[in-house]
Amino acid sequence: MEKFEDKVRITGIGMSQVGRKLMRDPIGMAVDACLAAMADAGIERKDVDGLSSHPGPQTPNGYSGAGVGEVEEVLRLQPKWFNSGHEISGHTGAVAVAALAVASGLCRHVICFRSTWESTAQALARGAGGGGGDPLVHGSNQWRLPFGAMSAANWIGMYANRHFRDFGTRREHLGAIAINARRNAMLNPNAVYRDPLTMDDYLGARMISTPFGLYDCDVPCDGAIAIVLSHADAAPDTRRRDPLRIEALGGQTVERWSWDQGFLDHEPLIKGAAEALWARTDLKPSDVNVAELYDGFTFNCMCWLEFLGFCPVGEGGRFVEGGARIALDGELPLNTHGGQLSGGRLQGFSFLHEACVQLWGEGGARQVPRDPRVAVVSSGGGAPGGAILLARG
Amino acid sequence: MSESIARPLPALTAGNTFFWTSGAQGELRFQRCQACRTYLHPPVPRCPQCLSDDIEVEAVSGRATVGAYTINHHPWHPAFPPPYAVAIVEIEEAPYVRLTTNIVNCDVDEVTIGMAVQVRFERAGEVWLPLFEPRGR
Repeated sequence: MEKFEDKVRITGIGMSQVGRKLMRDPIGMAVDACLAAMADAGIERKDVDGLSSHPGPQTPNGYSGAGVGEVEEVLRLQPKWFNSGHEISGHTGAVAVAALAVASGLCRHVICFRSTWESTAQALARGAGGGGGDPLVHGSNQWRLPFGAMSAANWIGMYANRHFRDFGTRREHLGAIAINARRNAMLNPNAVYRDPLTMDDYLGARMISTPFGLYDCDVPCDGAIAIVLSHADAAPDTRRRDPLRIEALGGQTVERWSWDQGFLDHEPLIKGAAEALWARTDLKPSDVNVAELYDGFTFNCMCWLEFLGFCPVGEGGRFVEGGARIALDGELPLNTHGGQLSGGRLQGFSFLHEACVQLWGEGGARQVPRDPRVAVVSSGGGAPGGAILLARG
Repeated sequence: MSESIARPLPALTAGNTFFWTSGAQGELRFQRCQACRTYLHPPVPRCPQCLSDDIEVEAVSGRATVGAYTINHHPWHPAFPPPYAVAIVEIEEAPYVRLTTNIVNCDVDEVTIGMAVQVRFERAGEVWLPLFEPRGR
């Protein structure tokens, strides 16, 4: 099957400093990541003709650290094409649309970036005495916030409880995902949390919203990541001799765009993206050597494992049980950098960054064995999710 | 729920006022397509099933079933001292219509999937919040 993805390569990756309460300018971190990715690709500013980002301009709550305009004000790339937005297929939907711009011939080298500064923004807000009075709630939040369903921990916790009841999933199953993430983060110098985590620690931590305890939830952080997409014809002009192929992109939505009108036993807006991914490739889940799957909560990651077809729907708990299968030396190494659970909430982009690290064999102490050639990446869910299949050669 | 600190409340609009104020009459109301009889929620300008724009608001019984729930233990907001039960309930006349709400007037440990519940409105200014309690209380 001839497909647009075949015309696209990943030629460079970059990451800024990552940490908690860095008190750094998030636009500066975005620029750091972009410059690191350009250096990795061996290209200069004059070579870049596109910019793509998620979710848009900097926000005071820290969710977005920098938009296209804020980065362009520093880098002055004069892009022929640019894009940012929230209504895309997962955080890395910014990469999916950039791939279209590259494949169409509009751009030769596009930098896709994501900056976040939630940790610093939250610390500053606490220092300022909080946000004051409660504003009225607009849009879809009106259906949840007036009932104290303030957090995705509440919204997604409900699905997890239903999954527990319908499929016999247990907290120890979710714990296997959290502990695996921590074990891998201990080998990643850029990860936010690197202290050992045991099942007793996991089960004994304070409850957030049943069945989620503290270690089922990812952690706000500051940092930025950038990825260079190049046209296959332009890739030979870059530094790396082994640019990565995008084998397939998946981002369809087949359910209501809603937190309560669709599935009750899985995170919504994942299934369509997962199925669309496999519809665009001859590869199968059994061909995947490493999986970097969005883990804003442990349960999100389990939902991606199921819908991507690594196990039957409902069997995610038994698939990860004990953790051996998903360990670095297991049959499906999972979230090898520590995910967002222990690596920090880099808003979806750390999964794509880490997949590239692993396929290029640059994982150091956390490098998965057996020369991985195919990696699957996912981001999002709840808000529309997106999936990316990467391959070498 | 604490009444001393205001909870976040919906901004009333031309499209949602019927929903958030119907508790004043003790009724739970939803949009319903008059062409194909589908209940519609959240409010929409045209029926997604048949694309008719002949939409009216109708009252339902207020009976529902708990489809999913979580017991929240984290103090997100001073208006909501934990623990409290957040649930998605399925409306009896149209189980495909759900509300995210609170289950009240019972211990949080009593909440189960499949629990039969009934709407119980709580007034907050001009808004009437549809909360749910176990049926038969």
